[in-house]
Amino acid sequence: MARVLMKGCEAIAEAAVRAGCRFFAGYPITPQNEIPEYFARRLPEVGGNFVQGESEVASINMVYGSASVGARSMTSSSSPGIALKSEGISYCAAARIPIVYANISRGGPGVGAIQPAQQDYFQATKASGNGGFVMIGLAPATVQEAVDLTYKAFDLADRDRNPVLILADGVIGTMMEPVELPEMKSEEEVAAIRESKKKWACIGHELDLPNRSWIEPGQWDTNKMQRVNEEAAALYASWEKDVMVEEYCTEDAEVVIAAYGISGRIAKSVVEMMRAEGKKVGLIRPITVHPFPKAAFDKLDYGTCHTILDVEMSIPAQMVEDVDHAVRGRCPIETCLCSGGNVMSREAVVEAVEKLLNK
Amino acid sequence: METNLCVAGFGGQGVMTLGKFLASATCDATNKNVTFFPSYGAEQRGGTANCFVAISDEEIGAPLGDVMDDLIVMNGPSLKKFLPTLKKGGTLFINSSIVSDDIGRDDVKLVKAPVTEMALEMGNAKVLNVIMLGVYVGYTEVVPPEVVWSTIEHKMAKKPKLLPLNKEAFEKGLAIGREQK
Repeated sequence: MARVLMKGCEAIAEAAVRAGCRFFAGYPITPQNEIPEYFARRLPEVGGNFVQGESEVASINMVYGSASVGARSMTSSSSPGIALKSEGISYCAAARIPIVYANISRGGPGVGAIQPAQQDYFQATKASGNGGFVMIGLAPATVQEAVDLTYKAFDLADRDRNPVLILADGVIGTMMEPVELPEMKSEEEVAAIRESKKKWACIGHELDLPNRSWIEPGQWDTNKMQRVNEEAAALYASWEKDVMVEEYCTEDAEVVIAAYGISGRIAKSVVEMMRAEGKKVGLIRPITVHPFPKAAFDKLDYGTCHTILDVEMSIPAQMVEDVDHAVRGRCPIETCLCSGGNVMSREAVVEAVEKLLNK
Repeated sequence: METNLCVAGFGGQGVMTLGKFLASATCDATNKNVTFFPSYGAEQRGGTANCFVAISDEEIGAPLGDVMDDLIVMNGPSLKKFLPTLKKGGTLFINSSIVSDDIGRDDVKLVKAPVTEMALEMGNAKVLNVIMLGVYVGYTEVVPPEVVWSTIEHKMAKKPKLLPLNKEAFEKGLAIGREQK
């Protein structure tokens, strides 16, 4: 397959179409407008449907509806828009409806800044809506990874009957990079995926009441609601196997950088630069921000590694809480941060690492 | 070997298109890695716009590098804003029609091309970016010129009438770039 130069947002949309996504609803917001724009043009070509909703709330609820009738469905937005969708996302989680959504995150809180940021880590991993549900969160560092993870996200969502989040940022969304696209699922495959959901989705049943499907984003019966949450908790506990992480030059590292998404990519080039000078630096880059790759931190030799440097485009730092939870006091954790739409500079990371190496 | 380029100017001068043509050509006809990152405010015209292109044989770590190897400046404000990011020994390409060559640095190479005037002389103010792309490719040879031209040809396939003008613009730029090597 020849490589093509694509913008991150467009590549995410194309990967979704190839994975069998046939419905998208969204509402404009920078820097993710190329996702709905691409779907608007592309979905009619494959017999799918695109709707520009009248709001974020309307859009997520349309996606909730289309996924409830078995279609692979997606929405996207950027930080404040994702906050508006949180009600619908929570409904999908409660009703165990598989949807995929992408957050091409920008500065925050509030309307924030239209430039890239990583201020939505807590929102992505801890509280994406009310009720304490969680999702698998995938954080790409390149456009190729955004493509591969989006393609995979639909399988994970269907497997678990749970929402899956693509947590990208304004750099990944707006930059162009060569990509190799995955195989386009055939119409037969897309139909078979929908058919496989017949046991729970509202896609036509005989008129006998007991076998009808019900989409329920809540329960009147308290015991039933508890059971729903117990089942969800069991699902969340099963995700250890789904952890994805890039561990780079960690074996003999004295300082290990922890960074995800675009910061992780920038940090990796810092490790390369500093390794060329013989400096012992490594990187742990969570690809799944949830489930968090705790085991990668257990593998570190804390006799050698004396400090973890958490690098995020967020002030205050957020992922550092998960890092702290994974390190469990075995060595100190420092941070290197930027915010407000500023993109992490290699110089800043080099400087922070140098300081720690000389400690 | 990695080249970091920043292209900056007014919105409407085609700086994004210039960067995109270069990135596409690199993707189409080489095995190198390439990234194109656009940066602009909310305005469509009249504001400032700039983009970063990184071309490398290795993985690209930072799509917007902190230090530029090459800088293309299409207007005065961009010179002031981006000149400090140009590395010592780097190359500055200026639109000498409207950017002063009194840059206040003698540790960089300066390539001048009056692309606004040239484009007006050719009868279409919009081709200034294609002239400048020619200058850049002629000077740096970061990607072979014929590869860049075939990408432009492909991208403009829907506007065949404009191809001869753009071809002339690209070649004029190439000549200027080669002359100043």
